[in-house]
Amino acid sequence: MRFLKSLFKDKLAASSLVVILAVIIIGVFAPVFAPHDPLEVNISKKYAGSSWEYLLGTDQLGRCVLSRLIYGIRPSILWVMAALMLSVLIGAVLGFIAGYFKGKVDALIMRVCDIMLSFPGYVMPIAFVGIFGVGLENILIAFIIMKWAWFTRVIRTSVMQYTELEYIQFAKAAGVNHFKIIRRHLIPVTLADIAVISSSSVCSMILQISGFSFLGLGVQAPAPEWGMMLNEARSVMFTRPELMLAPGIAIITVVFAFNFLSDSLQTIFDPKLMKSKKIRTEKVEA
Amino acid sequence: MLQVKRVEKSYAKGGIFSKERQQVLNRVTFDCREGECLGIIGESGSGKSTLGRLILGIEKPDSGSVLFDGKKLKKSLSKSGIISVVFQNYKSSINPFFTVQQAIMEPMEITSRNTMESRKKVVWLLNQVGLPSSYLNKYPHELSGGEVQRVCIARAISTEPKCIILDEAISSLDVSIQTQILELLKRLKDTHNISYLFITHDIQSAAYICDRIIIFKNGQIEEIVKTENLKNTQSAYAKQLLKSLMIY
Repeated sequence: MRFLKSLFKDKLAASSLVVILAVIIIGVFAPVFAPHDPLEVNISKKYAGSSWEYLLGTDQLGRCVLSRLIYGIRPSILWVMAALMLSVLIGAVLGFIAGYFKGKVDALIMRVCDIMLSFPGYVMPIAFVGIFGVGLENILIAFIIMKWAWFTRVIRTSVMQYTELEYIQFAKAAGVNHFKIIRRHLIPVTLADIAVISSSSVCSMILQISGFSFLGLGVQAPAPEWGMMLNEARSVMFTRPELMLAPGIAIITVVFAFNFLSDSLQTIFDPKLMKSKKIRTEKVEA
Repeated sequence: MLQVKRVEKSYAKGGIFSKERQQVLNRVTFDCREGECLGIIGESGSGKSTLGRLILGIEKPDSGSVLFDGKKLKKSLSKSGIISVVFQNYKSSINPFFTVQQAIMEPMEITSRNTMESRKKVVWLLNQVGLPSSYLNKYPHELSGGEVQRVCIARAISTEPKCIILDEAISSLDVSIQTQILELLKRLKDTHNISYLFITHDIQSAAYICDRIIIFKNGQIEEIVKTENLKNTQSAYAKQLLKSLMIY
């Protein structure tokens, strides 16, 4: 509750959250919101300008751009978020184990991470797609395989920094069991870090997935996807620039929203910062 | 009551493949009687905090043993509720998401299951350390350093330990608050018959509260003296330490 309250005090964070939630809801209930079938081809109406029937006009095959944009939320945002959550989950579990227990377990997990991280970011998904074929699922799987190592590393560092704190030392000394310590003392303090890293990396993942679709390795035509819509609009970039604007602005808006939200989360999750903010405003009022 | 026998500890130095080790504690032997306050004085890096951690059982000694009433316990001393601890840094001594009540209840939850009774006890404990019961629902960042340290002391005595390790417990406080906490500690010692292991680098506060003082240097005991005889120390290091003391 306190979290929501402080979130809504920050107008930028609140509006970012509203944008993100709206996008998610529209994506989940795409058939309700989309005015047309995104795959319905109507050559006679190709490159139509915006009208009441087609709010954002139509593309080179006469398909409704707005509907394609709405259906495109699913692969561009929802699946990316699912993949992200899965890799954060793997990263969190391994990161907590490595950071809390340290020693040999830590060394083992970190060496595996090092191996995973030694591949350049784009090579792994491309190799994966090369072996298992083109498609969104394969790209997402490749992303999860790539990203967990990075999350493990970051979360481990955050956990390590907190395990040295004296209240955790005290809990250890008092004989509180390890899982209870992790649950009560470590997860609340590291959650802020985890939320911030995952919300900031969701942007890069959205962009990368769109990038792969732009290259034709991800989602396959005719299924709608924002990166691919950009690619399709590329051929008519100078004659019909508005076709590029729609998916472009959509990507930018969502990425901005996630970035602003992650920025604000950082301050919201810190009970000390919250308090100091309050004191400051009280002083100003007095 | 508490005996430390020929305890040694060393840490690996350098990377994974380095065999080099740094000796931190070197055959430390002493005992602490019931109701006694034993001071451990040494420079930073002399290994006195490590000694505290070994006695608590957070770490294990390479050799030697920590005995209680002449016996070696299966569980560590701190887990059996015999020893508790107050740390130096009041900023990180309590989980920032915990209220005072939750913080004090934490060690009690392990020993007793009765939450209603523990709640009553928390109020009593707060009064013992001179805080009003209105502090129950405060968060640590709303308290001053001295108040946090009082809460930590309340948390430490909540399991009714025989001994408390005060690891630089007052070093990060103001001088005026230091005396208040020292007074509090003295009072608690008399009413609860607790013995203290007072780890510090400050001779004056140690002389104020301790019955005996161990002078610690480079992981070894230089000398053990009674506080009354502090002026007549034998070892060269102890003399030098006393000389370097500022006289007001």
